[in-house]
Amino acid sequence: MKHQLDVRKLLCPIPVIRTQNKVKQLEENDELEILATDPGVLHDIPAWARINGHQVLETEERDRLIVVWLRIGEKDDVLF
Amino acid sequence: MLAVKVMQEQGIHVEGVNFFTGFCVEGHTHAIRKKDKEKGKRNNALWVAEQLGIKLHIVDISEEYKDVVLNPKHGYGANLNPCLDCKIFMVKQANLMINKAREIAGDKGFDFVITGEVIGQRPMSQRADTMPVVQQESGVEDRLLRPLCAKNLPPTLPEREGWVDREGLHDFSGRNRKPQMALAQKFGIADYAQPAGGCCFLTDAAYSHKLADLWEARNERDYELDDIMLLKVGRHVRPKPHFKLIISREEGENNFLEGYKYQFASLETVSCPGPLALIDGKLEEGDLELAASIVARYSKGRSAESVTLEYRQPKGLAQEVAVAAMAAHELDKSWMIV
Repeated sequence: MKHQLDVRKLLCPIPVIRTQNKVKQLEENDELEILATDPGVLHDIPAWARINGHQVLETEERDRLIVVWLRIGEKDDVLF
Repeated sequence: MLAVKVMQEQGIHVEGVNFFTGFCVEGHTHAIRKKDKEKGKRNNALWVAEQLGIKLHIVDISEEYKDVVLNPKHGYGANLNPCLDCKIFMVKQANLMINKAREIAGDKGFDFVITGEVIGQRPMSQRADTMPVVQQESGVEDRLLRPLCAKNLPPTLPEREGWVDREGLHDFSGRNRKPQMALAQKFGIADYAQPAGGCCFLTDAAYSHKLADLWEARNERDYELDDIMLLKVGRHVRPKPHFKLIISREEGENNFLEGYKYQFASLETVSCPGPLALIDGKLEEGDLELAASIVARYSKGRSAESVTLEYRQPKGLAQEVAVAAMAAHELDKSWMIV
């Protein structure tokens, strides 16, 4: 399934926290489109995804809008 | 980073927790100011987790953290930094997390909390007399292990139970970072985050002055996340007790403040390039001209006979105001909140 998360105008690490919390509700292989404006997400979301076993499919910058597409990887038991 | 490495060396599974308080230096300012952008936008917690090959849980505690900042039982440091209460709060949160994980997963949960603390390294939270206070008041008791200085402390539960080999732990103490640097070299770690604080705005004198000014002006010790974000941005000028101006210093700050034009009245030069200013408070008679002349002072029209600015209310009603820019000698130094 495809999902969208709008974190425009929020500054890192808040977009990463919102992504992390959203991903907890998703299933393996779901796709998440993240709309952001803080260029920090171009570093932070891929780093967060690598750590947690998710895949960044693509990133794009249009004017001041940044879009990150994420595919959800295998999910562990959620302890936290 | 080193504490985790020491644990990994003993085959112990570690996951990281990074707490977002709202006062973190990295991230926000890097995204806004050009000079900070040049430092790079790396989030150190994520970067460290990736280097160590561990998971990282980023937890937003900004709302609960208010009580730590507003009512620190153990008081403040040199500025508005409640370091000991902060440490107690964070260890308490981590302890709640491992307790919850043990409830859910039993033996597959987590057994204890580690920190990279070293006795005598920091003046408030890492003293021989305050480190036991963190254990007691957080409720973690002897499930808190400090691998870098454990040999200077009584054995903790993980050591007594044999989960951790005490002989493989360290006895670092004091402010000297040379032993840590030597250990980093042994582990092959060449790049690491700034070793001595600097990650919290509450330790910054100018930021603390701005926060104290906010409380005084509102006659109330409280804040919202937007308040503490805005204290990180722009020049803060309070010409009268009932209002202050937050004046952008560059394009990045302009863009950031732009997002607040629907919450605050604003002033922006229209006859020449200049900053965007938010008005925090309510203007009274004569204040608009005063505020506009201050904002004009920071515009390209400061030498012109007249500068036209747009005054916009949060609901969108706008009017133009023409003023002469305030002369440098008229800009009272006591108005500047630094």
